[in-house]
Amino acid sequence: MTAELAEPASKIELPAHIGGGGEIPSFDVTLRVRRYNPEVSEESTWDDFKVTMYGTDRVLDALHKVKWELDGSVSFRRSCAHGVCGSDAMRINGRNRLACKTLLKDLDTSKPITVEPIKGLPVEKDLIVDMEPFFQSFREVMPFLVNRGHEPTKERLQSAEDRERFDDTTKCILCAACTSSCPVFWTDGQYFGPAAIVNAHRFIFDSRDDAGDMRLEILNDKEGVWRCRTTFNCTEACPRGIQITQAIAEVKQAILSRKV
Amino acid sequence: MQVHKYDVVIVGAGGAGMRAAIESGQRARTAVLTKLYPTRSHTGAAQGGMCAALANVEEDNWEWHTFDTIKGGDYLVDQDAAEVMAKEAIDAVLDLEKMGLPFNRTPEGRIDQRRFGGHTRDHGKAPVRRACYAADRTGHMILQTLYQNCVKHNVEFYNEYYVLDLLTVEEDAVREDGTPYKQKRVAGVVSYDLASGELHVFQAKSVIFASGGAGKVFKTTSNAHTLTGDGMGIAFRRGIPLEDMEFFQFHPTGLAGLGILLSEAARGEGAILRNSEGERFMERYAPTIKDLAPRDIVARSMANEVREGRGCGPNKDYVLLDLTHLEPAHIDAKLPDITEFARTYLGVEPYTEPVPVFPTAHYAMGGIPTNISAEVLQDNDTVIPGLYAAGEVACVSVHGSNRLGTNSLLDINVFGKRAGIAAAEYAKTADYVELPADPEGYTLNLLDHVRTSDGTEKVAAIRKELQDTMDANMQVFRTADTLNQVLTDIASFEERYQRISVQDKGKRFNLDLLEAVELGFLLELAKVMTVAALHREESRGGHFREDFPERDDEKFMKHSMAYKDEHAPADGSAEAIAGIRLGTKPVVFTRYEPMVRKY
Repeated sequence: MTAELAEPASKIELPAHIGGGGEIPSFDVTLRVRRYNPEVSEESTWDDFKVTMYGTDRVLDALHKVKWELDGSVSFRRSCAHGVCGSDAMRINGRNRLACKTLLKDLDTSKPITVEPIKGLPVEKDLIVDMEPFFQSFREVMPFLVNRGHEPTKERLQSAEDRERFDDTTKCILCAACTSSCPVFWTDGQYFGPAAIVNAHRFIFDSRDDAGDMRLEILNDKEGVWRCRTTFNCTEACPRGIQITQAIAEVKQAILSRKV
Repeated sequence: MQVHKYDVVIVGAGGAGMRAAIESGQRARTAVLTKLYPTRSHTGAAQGGMCAALANVEEDNWEWHTFDTIKGGDYLVDQDAAEVMAKEAIDAVLDLEKMGLPFNRTPEGRIDQRRFGGHTRDHGKAPVRRACYAADRTGHMILQTLYQNCVKHNVEFYNEYYVLDLLTVEEDAVREDGTPYKQKRVAGVVSYDLASGELHVFQAKSVIFASGGAGKVFKTTSNAHTLTGDGMGIAFRRGIPLEDMEFFQFHPTGLAGLGILLSEAARGEGAILRNSEGERFMERYAPTIKDLAPRDIVARSMANEVREGRGCGPNKDYVLLDLTHLEPAHIDAKLPDITEFARTYLGVEPYTEPVPVFPTAHYAMGGIPTNISAEVLQDNDTVIPGLYAAGEVACVSVHGSNRLGTNSLLDINVFGKRAGIAAAEYAKTADYVELPADPEGYTLNLLDHVRTSDGTEKVAAIRKELQDTMDANMQVFRTADTLNQVLTDIASFEERYQRISVQDKGKRFNLDLLEAVELGFLLELAKVMTVAALHREESRGGHFREDFPERDDEKFMKHSMAYKDEHAPADGSAEAIAGIRLGTKPVVFTRYEPMVRKY
C-alpha cells in the first residue's frame, strides 16, 4: 500500500558539496582477456590490452573500449549494461560477476584485471559460453505457475506476507553467475545447479501454486538439491543479492517435511 | 542456406513478442526469432508499473485512463486505439496475474496500485493510483512471467538469430475506386545465426515484428546496446512507411552522465526534483500535478533549469532527484533496485543525498504503422496481409506525441496478445506466399559488403559521432538549424559508412560484423527521425521546436508518414529530402476534442 506522505518543502538549503564531484579521475588499466576461437586455434590464450578509463567506468566499458578501438574480434555478450538483463556474467579476477555492474575503481587496477568466461559451460568463443545446458536445467523444474483451482474472474488474492515469502527468488535474472560458480556443477554437468533451484523455490513457496510436490520430487533426484555442498559460492556470486544457499536449504527442508 | 517453414514467425522475444507467442503458439505452429536470449530483452529493464483502471485502491475507470493517454500524447493519439488499450488493460493485468506474475498486494490481498506521471482522476483533477507493480522491477517480472509461460506452452525459440530482412512480394491490385496499386504480401524473413554465421530463411504465413526500439541513435539513453531499431529499419528498407518518427521520449530521470533509468515510480512514491537552489521547480511548470506531470514536460523543465544556470554539479549540467524526505523503509520496500543503481553507479546514498539526474533518451513513440488489430499498413489504410507489429517497434498509435509512463508495458501486453491471436487466425486459412527468387541474396550482399570492405573508418567512431550529434541537436530542444546540422552530419556519416572495415572476418559469433550492420539501421532511422522533426514546424508532446514553440492543430494535427524513396529529390522541398518521401495520415478521433494541455 502506498503510504500517505507529508508534502516536501518547496525549497531547502542544499549542502555545498552536493553534486560537486569535481573532475572524474582517469587511470590506465590492463585487461587480461581469455581468448578462444576454434576457427583459429584449439588452444586458448591470454591477451593483454591497455586502456585509459575513468572513475565511473565498469569492466564492460573497458571491454567495449578494447573491442571498439583495439581488437574488434574480442567477443562477449551484453545488452542492458546495468545489471538487469543477465547477459554479461563472466569471471573477473577469478570471481563471477556481471561486467556491467563491476566498477573498475573497485578492483585493484595496479595489476592486470583478468577476464574469463564463466566455468562449467562449453566455451564457444572468447567470453561466450553455450547457455543451453543452463536453460535446460531451468526448464526441467517446471518454472511456471500451476494452479488447479477455478480461475477467478478477478485476480487471485494473496496476502502481502504470502507474497513476501518468495520475493527474494523472484529477482533472478538467469545470468548463470551462481550455477557456474558451483564446484559441484563444474564436476557434474548433470546437477541442476543453484539457478534452477532458485526458480523452483520461487514457485514452491508461492501460495497460488499447486505443483510444489511435483517440483520437490524433481529436486529430490540424485542430481537435485542433495548435491549441494553448501559452499556459499552461489550466494557470493549472485549479482542480485539473492540468498541462494538459504533458498536451497528451504527446498531441502521442504522435501524432508513435505510441507511448503 | 537453410529454409524453415512455420505458420507464424515472431521477430523479437521481449514482452510483445512473448505475449504474442503465448497466444500464437497455442493456435498455430510458431517460431520466435530473437537476437538475444528471451529473458535478455529490454522489457526487463522497465521498472515502475503497468496501468489499468482496476480501481483496487481508489475510484477509477478505463475512460479516465483513455482520456489521460490522449491528453498525455498531446492529442496525436488515435483515440480508437487508446480506448482499446485502456479497456483491455484490466484483462491484460489479470492475465499476467493468472500466469503467475507476483504483483505487490494491498492489505486485502488485491493487486496494489500506485501513482504515475500523467495518470489522473476524473480528467486531470488529481493524480490517481492506477499503476499495478512489482516493487520497481515490474518489467523484469513481466518478462520472466511471459518466458515462464512460453516454457509451459513449449514455444519454439531460435536464440541469437538476427533477423536482417523481410521477404515481401508485390502483386498488382485494384482499389475499390478502380485505381491500380501494388499490394504487398509477406513471404517470410531472413535471419543470421550468430553461432554459425549461416543464413536461415523462415517462410511463414504470418510474421509479427516485435523487435523493440532504436534508442541507440542517442548517446545518453536508458536503452540497451542492442536496441538498434533493426525491425523498423528492415521494414523501411522494404518500402513500409514509418509513422511519427520525430517523436522520441526523453525520460526525465536518467542517472546523470550515464542515462541509466531511475523509474518515475520514485516520484510516484513521493520523490521530487530540485535545482541548484534547492527549489522544487516543478511547482512553477505544472502547478497542479507538479513532479508527476508527463515526461515531456518534466524533461523540458529540467533542461530549462540547466539552461538558465540552475543546474548542479561541477558543470552545472544536471538536477537532483530528492528522496531524502522519504522513510528508508518505504524506499527499500518500493524502490529497492533504483536506489541500488544510484549507489552502485554514482556512489550516492539516496536515503541521505539527492541523486544527480538528467533526461535520457527512452522510447520511440513512432514506428511501423498498424491498425488496432496490429496489422501493418503499407500506406495510410492498406493492410499487408499476414504482417503484424506490436510494442515499441509499432505505432498503432496509442502514445501519440508523448507516451505516459507504464503505457508501454500495457501496450506490449494488449497489442502483443492481439497480434498473436490475429497472426495465428490468419495463418489458419491463408496459403504460403511463394518465396521470391534468391530470397537471401540481399542479405548476403549486405553482409559480404560489410565483411570485405577494407576502408579505414571504424564503426564505433561513426556511431559515437552520430550519437553525439543526436544528443546535441535532436534532444528536448530543437530548431531548424540544429536539425539541419544533424542531416549534414548524417550525410557525411553515410559516406564514411561506405568505407568501414570490420576486424573480425570469422563466422562464429561475429558481433563485430553485426555491430556494423546495426549501425546501418541507426543511420537510416536517425535520418528519418530528423527529417520528420524538421518538417513538423510546431511543438507537440516530445517534439519541441524553439522556432515554432506552439502546437499548431490546423497544420499539424496529423501523423507523419516517412517512406524510403531513392528517387525523392534532395531539393529540400517539403515532401522530399534525400531519399525520404513524407506524407501525412489523419488522426482518429472518437469523442475527445483537442484542448490546451496544462497540468
